[in-house]
Amino acid sequence: MTDHLIKKARVLGGEPVDIFVSDGRIAAIDSDLALADHAAHGTERVETIDATGLIALPGLVDLHTHLREPGREDAETVETGTRAAAMGGFTAVHAMANTDPVADTAGVVEQVWRLGREAGFCDVFPVGAVTVGLAGEKLAELGAMADSAARVRVFSDDGTCVSDPVLMRRALEYVKAFDGVIAQHAQEPRLTEEAQMNEGELSGRLGLRGWPAVAEEAIIARDCLLAAHVGSRLHVCHVSTAGSVEILRWAKSKGWNVTAEVCPHHLLLTDDLAATYDPLYKVNPPLRTQADVDAVRAGLADGTIDVVATDHAPHPHEDKDCEWQAAAFGMLGLETALSVVQHTMVDPGLVDWAGVAERMSSAPARIGRLEGHGRPIVEGEPANLVLYDADATRTIDPSELASLSRNTPYAGLELPGRVVATFLRGKPTVLDGKLT
Amino acid sequence: MSPSMASRHLLSAGDLSRDDAELILTTAEELRSLADRPIKKLPALRGRTIVNLFFEDSTRTRISFEAAAKRLSADVINFSAKGSSLSKGESLKDTALTLEAMGADAVVVRHWASGAPHNLAHAGWSRSSVINAGDGTHEHPTQALLDAFTMTRHLGPMDGRRVAIVGDILHSRVARSNALLLHTLGAEVTLVAPPTLLPYGVETWNAQTSYDLDAVLAKTDVVMMLRVQRERMNASYFPSVREYSRRYGLDARRMATLQDHAIVMHPGPMIRGMEITADVADSARSVIVEQVTNGVAVRMAVLYLLLGGSEPAIATSAHDESEQQ
Repeated sequence: MTDHLIKKARVLGGEPVDIFVSDGRIAAIDSDLALADHAAHGTERVETIDATGLIALPGLVDLHTHLREPGREDAETVETGTRAAAMGGFTAVHAMANTDPVADTAGVVEQVWRLGREAGFCDVFPVGAVTVGLAGEKLAELGAMADSAARVRVFSDDGTCVSDPVLMRRALEYVKAFDGVIAQHAQEPRLTEEAQMNEGELSGRLGLRGWPAVAEEAIIARDCLLAAHVGSRLHVCHVSTAGSVEILRWAKSKGWNVTAEVCPHHLLLTDDLAATYDPLYKVNPPLRTQADVDAVRAGLADGTIDVVATDHAPHPHEDKDCEWQAAAFGMLGLETALSVVQHTMVDPGLVDWAGVAERMSSAPARIGRLEGHGRPIVEGEPANLVLYDADATRTIDPSELASLSRNTPYAGLELPGRVVATFLRGKPTVLDGKLT
Repeated sequence: MSPSMASRHLLSAGDLSRDDAELILTTAEELRSLADRPIKKLPALRGRTIVNLFFEDSTRTRISFEAAAKRLSADVINFSAKGSSLSKGESLKDTALTLEAMGADAVVVRHWASGAPHNLAHAGWSRSSVINAGDGTHEHPTQALLDAFTMTRHLGPMDGRRVAIVGDILHSRVARSNALLLHTLGAEVTLVAPPTLLPYGVETWNAQTSYDLDAVLAKTDVVMMLRVQRERMNASYFPSVREYSRRYGLDARRMATLQDHAIVMHPGPMIRGMEITADVADSARSVIVEQVTNGVAVRMAVLYLLLGGSEPAIATSAHDESEQQ
């Protein structure tokens, strides 16, 4: 395998250093490594990469990705989705369970895991469904998925809420046996029947059925109390409201074992985009108000929200090129996540690059109980790395995306930053901003 | 000077400036005089094609638009594409492309999805003028125009006039369009409903709200009753039809508290005995049937102005008629 000498990379935005990557690991880090130094390593070939001005981060880890395979290969496949992930700087993604068939058995999670290994662009960790068929009626064989080759630790019915409180309690308890976590899609179903957008001033004017904040907050409050009661780990998916942040802050102040994620689009976009009736902006949970955006940013800055997760949700063109009410929920996220986080969190001074590494790599890897991801950039660690040009700007062009789908809400928007290179265990998956 | 509208489309009553709205109402007034002539047809839109694209049943609205288009000599195609979000038929996009290929100059669209006319006008599928004939629970701008036209005929200019709109505001496209247009025309609107049937955020609308019909009636110049759809009746918006009628129905006792000049309106179809009693609907104050007549004139005005009538409609027609003789 080719070794790489990365020259003058700013690790976590610090002073420039050289990183020598050999045999899948970080072999050496120093202020000035010369090629001659590597003769000792006995490598046959070393490629030097000039990383002057680039920031080095640990490979990003997404806790919330929809790869759509099996079942909706017209929207995305494991191959195209992991290509998009690599382009976004990710070295690991958690593939959500709402495929067809649902990932509710050891067989399906192993299939997805194997497809990820074959594609080779980033590691794929399947999420197991909590209930059979995501139907919310009986527990799926969580232990079988945990013990499978895919070693599932994150379980979620994402797309739908485990709304039955008894079932949620049992799931939280049961996964303790293998250190699993329940990632809850917090949406009270009766309060959100046929809901189309954030319930607010605009939903009333536009005549679109409202999705009230309370439907998210009520479930989060209930689940925090349940997790505390049974002493389990809870992870809250895609937190979108100011009230949710308040509840999580309170739960964390109690010392309860609760983690939460926010999506890039909830850090940037607001519900007034629904006034276009363009279904590109239709997502679940919906885009909220500026006050909510400010609150989730503050929550992410102060640690109330632990991670940024993309909720990358590819859809074929026809499912978005139609009436709002007929359109599918969801938007792409993998290839723009880091840029949106820079724009909304780093550039305004809310977090530094070490904070980004914590929220987009270390913390999600910890929550998913991943080994070899989210590790510090020091000698001996696996060489999962991103080189990122924070000074670049780019205009998002959907036709240039690696994803099979085109439903990005950022089309035409100018965003800062560009992923220049991604390394997965020492092997570049992206170089010079292009897939290898 | 040629009268013209700011937009090629009519999607929302809120898009109309006061000048636009007054131009439509003035034009409608000219065109309404046709209704009293033995021959009701003008050649103004001869050779133009207007498609009535209805994704939801509405015989009343469709025949009103059809009559309006035919009285202007346009060719009319009725396209009924029933289907819900669940039963996937041909997509709105493909329907639009088909109509575009057939050379439709204007598409009058009724759709179960809020915003569908907006999609038709802005998604790049079609170059036709789009007229919203009711979309989901969003808007029904020509209904608001015909209501304003009817009010003006009875009460004169709407500045400072008080209009009470009573009933299921939450799900009513008629209420939304009326609230927007009447505000533009200077009227004071009060939305009257049980709290469950007022939209979230209604306090930001340019309208008053009240839960108490009796408190509003004595001061109002117009009372517009809305239908409560059957599917609302079992969804806990109110305890029972009887209780709804007692609190929000317009009966003879309540009608007696109105000022002498006040009129009673209803966009139809009515549920007699629920939101309005038969004696009120058939009373001298009721202008419900006249609303239907005015609907044709107002829709003629909208079609004429959107399809680029460059001279006053009647003058053009008089000229053409003389040519034909």
